[in-house]
Amino acid sequence: MLRGASGVEKAIVKAQERGEAALIPFIEGADPDLKVTEELLWALEEAGADVIELGFPFSDPLADGPTIQEAAQRALKNKPSLPQFLEMIQKIRSEGFKTPVVIMGYLNPFFRFGLANFALKAQEAGLDGAIIPDLPLEEAKPWLKEARKRKLAAILLAAPTTPPERLAKIAEACTGFLYYVSVTGITGAREKLPEDLALKLDLARELSPVPVAVGFGISTPQQVANLAPFTDAIVVGSAIVKIIARYQEEPATLVKEVSRFVRELKAATRR
Amino acid sequence: MALPDKRGHFGPFGGRYVPETLMPALFELEDAYRHFKRDKDFKKELDFYLKTYVGRPTPLYPARKLAQKLGGHLKIYLKREDLTHTGAHKINNTLGQVLLAKKMGKKRIIAETGAGQHGVATATAAALLGLECTVYMGAKDTVRQEMNVFRMELLGAKVVPVYSGTQTLKDAINEAIRDWVTNVETTYYVIGSVVGPHPYPMMVRDFQSVIGKETRRQILAAEGRLPDVILACVGGGSNAMGFFFPFVNDQMVKMIGVEAAGAGLDSDKHSATLTVGEPGILHGMLTYLLQDKVGQIKGAHSIAPGLDYPGVGPEHAFFKETGRAEYVAVEDEEALSAFRLLSETEGIIPALESAHAIAYLVKIAPQLPEGSIVVINLSGRGDKDVAAVCQYLKRKPHA
Repeated sequence: MLRGASGVEKAIVKAQERGEAALIPFIEGADPDLKVTEELLWALEEAGADVIELGFPFSDPLADGPTIQEAAQRALKNKPSLPQFLEMIQKIRSEGFKTPVVIMGYLNPFFRFGLANFALKAQEAGLDGAIIPDLPLEEAKPWLKEARKRKLAAILLAAPTTPPERLAKIAEACTGFLYYVSVTGITGAREKLPEDLALKLDLARELSPVPVAVGFGISTPQQVANLAPFTDAIVVGSAIVKIIARYQEEPATLVKEVSRFVRELKAATRR
Repeated sequence: MALPDKRGHFGPFGGRYVPETLMPALFELEDAYRHFKRDKDFKKELDFYLKTYVGRPTPLYPARKLAQKLGGHLKIYLKREDLTHTGAHKINNTLGQVLLAKKMGKKRIIAETGAGQHGVATATAAALLGLECTVYMGAKDTVRQEMNVFRMELLGAKVVPVYSGTQTLKDAINEAIRDWVTNVETTYYVIGSVVGPHPYPMMVRDFQSVIGKETRRQILAAEGRLPDVILACVGGGSNAMGFFFPFVNDQMVKMIGVEAAGAGLDSDKHSATLTVGEPGILHGMLTYLLQDKVGQIKGAHSIAPGLDYPGVGPEHAFFKETGRAEYVAVEDEEALSAFRLLSETEGIIPALESAHAIAYLVKIAPQLPEGSIVVINLSGRGDKDVAAVCQYLKRKPHA
């Protein structure tokens, strides 16, 4: 089984070969607790997730809208730590969990843990990469070096405000995939996506040597279906996190409902 | 060696740790700032407002009675930022930035505020220069500082309470950044201290350096030499940086930054970021932070609302590392005593923030050699704190 950056990229390429956009569901780890997170990961794999984005909660999530902010607040009550997360990943890998998992988290917890140490432990545990939204290209060098050394996916972001020449440089530095932010703004469901999004994605894919995933604001199967022809992969976050928020007290229903919704999303990725 | 470097680093500190969406805006801001900084008309306009509107230069006042009280062996001067329009140094920065925003063609100003001082100073500058202004303020702070909310509204600003996280200053900054990420094309974010991503720490330092430049000139005129010790309080650190920076190359001038030890350094209720914090990344910068062992940011506390921040300007972090400045902390009770001391001896009610710097001078005065010249930056006036101090003393009848 291919792990790390190559595993992530391969999973996305395989979806293309099936005539689909890859689906990357996001869940906030430890919301409502790490036990449920583990069950959710299995459910996501079964529902057809191609790659999974697992959030590591942070006290000050400044790129996130209210839905994910609240999820972080709930998760932080469990006092989560990176070693706990890695332990869980290691456990499910040993039980045969195949889907690539990338962690999404703000820089400080990784910095505190030590970037080199984190990269090493992530590789050992079978975590495949990281998305760090407050780490732009100019500051990313130390992380890119460690990620490369451990063959992890170092996923950088590009935004609608990013000029083409800059986007090309960012994509060049990326491994796994390039995360294209669909809107000028924060995470969270939106009724309408920008009209020129398909054009922007075309350009991003042309400039990027790695696959391009689009995220932020995508919340319905219809939106997924509309975008599928224009992108390699689609990230859906807040819409899933909302379901998790709704069924906090009933973990069994929570997992079932998330699973049902992700199946619908996955079905919509067919081009 | 001119710092920060091109990427906004002060040694290992500083930088631009922000979502990609904001990077082009930071480049644009840096270009605009570097341009207007050298632009004659911009400088002339800013000088005009600083002189006729803010009331600069502010006096350097020889506090003889305070000196007498502390043993009579020192020459103590107070740099009277408390006498500026709006009553604190904050206006030096907001006028500079709002003027820059206007030159850049931005129509809308946003700002964060803790206790409300920076919010009021931003609303003031926005009213003067005719720009629309929105201020984010922690929901808890809007209750604690109701009068400042009203002041900002009087000045035509919209105040938005922030209910996320700890509902205080750090969360107000998060929310202002979220607004900026969303409206980056039309909106200018006025940061209130020497914090945040590059170029803010450099730019705010430069706008506040008017304090230290005047002080240098004034003390040379009064004493014919530079001071031995200069002291300022440090929250985010803008008054201290503006005061220190023009003395940075004068190695004989000892610079001391005084943080808030709150209820005590071992209490978990303090804001002594440089004294007991550790390096990390928050609000776009690498600097010292109050954080737990896994890197979550902790709440800060001080009786002085303006010091209540779990981070600090990256250039201060650099001064700490290189030893160019010394950073210490005094507790709430010590600051309160100093608040009273200055009121009684000099007839000046200092801001609780500034009272921290005075409190530390009270502590070290006996060890300073005869004839030492000491200058304290009196960053703001204490009128805003009178009600809170009154409440506090009522709760603690022994104090």
